[in-house]
Amino acid sequence: MLDDGKRPLVRVRNLKMHFPIYRGVMRRQVGEVRAVDGISFDIYAGETLGLVGESGCGKSSAGRAILRLYDVTDGEISIDGNEIAHLAGDELRRLRPEMQMIFQDPQASLNPRMTVAAIIAEPLDEHQTLSRNARMERVFELMDAVGLNRNFANRYPHEFSGGQRQRIGIARALALNPKFIVCDEPIAALDVSIQAQVVNLLEDLQEKFGLTYLFISHDLSMVRHLATRVAVMYLGKVVELADSAQLYGDPKHPYTEALLSAVPEPDPTLENTRERIILEGDVPSPSDPPEGCNFCTRCPRVMDICRRESPEFKQLEDGRFVACHLM
Amino acid sequence: MLNFTIRRLLFTIPTLLLISLIIFLLLDLAPNDPTGNLPLTIPAEVREQIRKALGLGDPIYVRYYRWLVQFFVNEPLNLLGEWTHSCIGDCENRLRVTSWATRSPVVDLIAERMPQTLWVVGLSYVVGILIAVPIGVYSAYRQYSWFDQLGTFISMIGFSVPTFFTGVLMIVIFSVQLRWFPSIYDTTLRVTDWSSLGAQIRQMAMPVFVLALYNAAQISRFMRASMLDNLNQDYVRTARAKGLNERVVVLVHVLRNSLIPVVTVIALGVPQVFGGAIITEQVFKVNGLGQLLIIGIQGADIPLVQTLTFIFAVLIVLFNLIADILYGILDPRIRYD
Repeated sequence: MLDDGKRPLVRVRNLKMHFPIYRGVMRRQVGEVRAVDGISFDIYAGETLGLVGESGCGKSSAGRAILRLYDVTDGEISIDGNEIAHLAGDELRRLRPEMQMIFQDPQASLNPRMTVAAIIAEPLDEHQTLSRNARMERVFELMDAVGLNRNFANRYPHEFSGGQRQRIGIARALALNPKFIVCDEPIAALDVSIQAQVVNLLEDLQEKFGLTYLFISHDLSMVRHLATRVAVMYLGKVVELADSAQLYGDPKHPYTEALLSAVPEPDPTLENTRERIILEGDVPSPSDPPEGCNFCTRCPRVMDICRRESPEFKQLEDGRFVACHLM
Repeated sequence: MLNFTIRRLLFTIPTLLLISLIIFLLLDLAPNDPTGNLPLTIPAEVREQIRKALGLGDPIYVRYYRWLVQFFVNEPLNLLGEWTHSCIGDCENRLRVTSWATRSPVVDLIAERMPQTLWVVGLSYVVGILIAVPIGVYSAYRQYSWFDQLGTFISMIGFSVPTFFTGVLMIVIFSVQLRWFPSIYDTTLRVTDWSSLGAQIRQMAMPVFVLALYNAAQISRFMRASMLDNLNQDYVRTARAKGLNERVVVLVHVLRNSLIPVVTVIALGVPQVFGGAIITEQVFKVNGLGQLLIIGIQGADIPLVQTLTFIFAVLIVLFNLIADILYGILDPRIRYD
């Protein structure tokens, strides 16, 4: 690794998350959806790794698998030195305070029958022994940290707006002082005006508590603003991983190029000169990926070798990783 | 909530009056004859006199008005008098709703039959719920496991095989072949010591089991479906991400949310308990309310049928209201203001 000065907090190696498909009367397994098909990367302490890609490429599955909300098919995940990919039950549960998740839909991810205070305090009850007052004090502290009025502690989630609900979700995630937080499209369900508030809140909290984020999004501009490094996923695989500036300035992988060409430009004169790369065809089904490179069916610069061999995910001289036969 | 309840209770008054009128008209239109069960040797003129004596000669609105007064004024006054051991108004000559067949007041008949029905049918409902909820929860948690498949199969049988079949089958197996349980329910049995308690349990076992199977089949399906709805919700994933115990995730987060629709279904089923299981009571000769209703219908005992049916209607309307209120209490998202 070139970033030798930094310590990797999260190490993911060859992570695979395959979901079985059952069919027929006897519910025999007839195949599997390869949502995540062998991804590897490090996330350094204190950084934000952006994970981008189109709908259905496996971003969310990857995020959930890394936090072990799924039972992973194969691979290694280590968070702060603890190997968690194949832990189960209580051993895994005891490590939960280290790693938390902020979910996409702030309405559905909060139990409708619990008050805000109960939602935030529940992990405290489970993992710590606090007195009643100390627990309430901590709940108020967290509500202050995310900018929620303390008087709302006894209200139910449905009484809040979308942005406020997402703040509840963030306070909940912060309750146990986690080191690593997976933000699974935390702003996708919010109004544009609220998105900026929540993103700024996430940045402030990162500074204040020294958090490490995996920021999953399909909003490329937001990721550019927020992320230190960015990983691009296509059909269950990471195709390119680079520093934010490098990736946005000079994309190497043809898919990254096409993806970035879709970002609108705020300046109208530049917008008129923007050349969009339109990809032909549809994304292949993750239950039946093509032979060779996953992108070979749509790649504008496809070669013969792409249809035979899957490209290696290798590091270039400038430190970035690309999986492409062109490199 | 209080305002909502009061408003709904006020709305029930016209609803129930309309229901009582519809029941009355339906019974009047039905081709029945209270003298139909009398010996054929009784001449037609005498039959006509009997009908006149029962009040059938009066116009329909007079008869309906008479029933209204008897049921809504005289019966409550009589009940009040009995409770306070006093005589309110003209208590000696007050006309009560009287059964044509037995000449005894309908309310007294119902009071006699109520305990058997509540014991047998009510207990079967409770047993059914106690069986159904754990089965529903576990079936959903282990969806498509052998337990779930078996549960689905059994509840399909329990739901689709009528109680007059399972009841008779039980009698053939357990009364006739094995001789474990009596096939006829003995109302005169008084529980005084351990052996009579044993006898009571034995005679209740089969009707309770047959009805419990039927109820459990229905409720466990609801429970399973409701659990499945909630198990895939995002907030369950949140609960797991919090690092909660799996037991807490399922029993606190999922079960509590899943019980909301199930509790209302259970509340809506309670009137049927009072209505008695008409067929099952017949099969096991339990002389409860269901059997009373059947006898009343067979003998064209219109005051009895009218009163019983109306009481069922009151219970159904009341438990609909209770189900609505329970929903408001259990689900914080619902507010009746």
